[in-house]
Amino acid sequence: MNTVKVKIENLNVYFKEIHVLKKVSLPILKNHITAIIGPSGCGKSTLLRSINRMIELSDGARVEGKILLDGKNIYNKDVDPITIRKKIGMVFQKPNPFPKSIYDNIAYALKVHGIKDRSTMDEKINDALKQTGLWKEVQHRLKENALSLSGGQQQRLCIARAIVSTPEVLLLDEPTSALDPLATFKIEDLLVRLKEKYTIVIVTHNMQQAARISDYTAFLYMGRLIEFGETKKIFTNPEEKLTEDYITGRFG
Amino acid sequence: MVQKKSNLQTMRRFHHLKDKFYIFTVSILTLISISALFIILYFVFRKGASVLSMDFLFRFPRNGMTEGGILPAIVGTFIVSILSVTIALPFGLMVAIYLSEYAKDNHLSSFIRVSINNLAGTPSIIFGLFGLYFFVNYLGFGSNILSSSLTLAILILPFIVRTSEESLRNVPSSYREASYALGADKSTTILKIVLPSAIPGILTGIILSVGRVAGETAPILFTGATFFIKGLPLSPFSEFMALPYHIYALMTEGTQPDRQVPIAYGSALVLIILVLLINILAIYIRNKKRVKIE
Repeated sequence: MNTVKVKIENLNVYFKEIHVLKKVSLPILKNHITAIIGPSGCGKSTLLRSINRMIELSDGARVEGKILLDGKNIYNKDVDPITIRKKIGMVFQKPNPFPKSIYDNIAYALKVHGIKDRSTMDEKINDALKQTGLWKEVQHRLKENALSLSGGQQQRLCIARAIVSTPEVLLLDEPTSALDPLATFKIEDLLVRLKEKYTIVIVTHNMQQAARISDYTAFLYMGRLIEFGETKKIFTNPEEKLTEDYITGRFG
Repeated sequence: MVQKKSNLQTMRRFHHLKDKFYIFTVSILTLISISALFIILYFVFRKGASVLSMDFLFRFPRNGMTEGGILPAIVGTFIVSILSVTIALPFGLMVAIYLSEYAKDNHLSSFIRVSINNLAGTPSIIFGLFGLYFFVNYLGFGSNILSSSLTLAILILPFIVRTSEESLRNVPSSYREASYALGADKSTTILKIVLPSAIPGILTGIILSVGRVAGETAPILFTGATFFIKGLPLSPFSEFMALPYHIYALMTEGTQPDRQVPIAYGSALVLIILVLLINILAIYIRNKKRVKIE
């Protein structure tokens, strides 16, 4: 079943005077992985950060257009960005766990959502760690500082932290670009498993990764959406020449 | 060919000598700077060590300040140093949080910074006069621990703002980003994520502040420090003895210099050691907390 979870309509984003995203429209389908690909500086991260209104935290950022979450425009005047960010989780390129214990990192996310009861927290934290495959590795050292984990483990912790309060959408900004191949593989595997529960949008510099794990792909170039479609089609038989040139590596 | 080779060799030798010259100059100047501290320590130690004893530290002065100890001065310095930093801390921290987390790059924040810097650059005697006028007379608090602590609090405020702001800025922005992405609001992010991370640095700043105010003489001159009190200063409204003022008074108003000058140097030695210990404590705590984070 292909429902549209997030609909981006005519999105224009400006940084001071620079027009970074130009009239971008695309659907993000529920319980699927959508990849956003494109050369450096094409606006992929900006697009991602517009979905959870993190873009507003940047100085001089201006957004025009609509982004509909389950049919409701998240940029409506009466919508509080904080509630949006509680429904849409984000994982960043460089793993950024807090300098707290593994347990407290995830517990923080729950407290932000108003969950303080110890046994509920324990249950949810264990569940998030199991979902991200970290449970076996850290169950005996939940009180240890999160910064003592390896890069790949830290990133999985950040994913656990992002999903513990069951957001509806999960956004990932080049989540594996700072990790080694084994850690990358584990996380790609994790994302494919997670799409059962979550709608996932992943920005990636790595085309092979997009081809491996995504169901739909959006190709951005210089702030414009050049093409959007099923990943299989984009990578084997794209409509636009520009897409084909990028896919085949004629420019990067 | 021979000509070219010797040119290369000369250049190499020149760079080599230039390097050695720089290293030599840097080393000598560093050595001179550090020796200044040790020369001061040696000098004060030599002239003051003779009066140092347990009695000196823990007893009251006797016989018109020619015998006995300097306990009230040590206690007075302690009380006023800790009290002034305690008063300045909440204000300084709030300004630091505002400058680091809320202020935009505009005229208002520039104005605040310039004001803080000017406060920092104000000569300490002016703080003394201000304290006399405002706390002692205008508000009518009188000449005592309270007025002196308030005056010192204003003096140390910029230092606390600077060290706290730096500690807050040193917290990686990625932590804040992660917190916002989880749906936390700004105040929660600052209270639960930013501030806890900045505490080691803020704590170091606090401890160094105590060391700094312990040695200030001018601000306490007209606002509460006195040559002699009976017993220990037990209320914020009592006058107090303090080490820096005691040194000054003994050297300028003493009636028996042959007995009192060594006491002055002894007091100076105690003061220096006190400040040294406080600074060492600050460094120790900072290193301990840093290791914890890593």
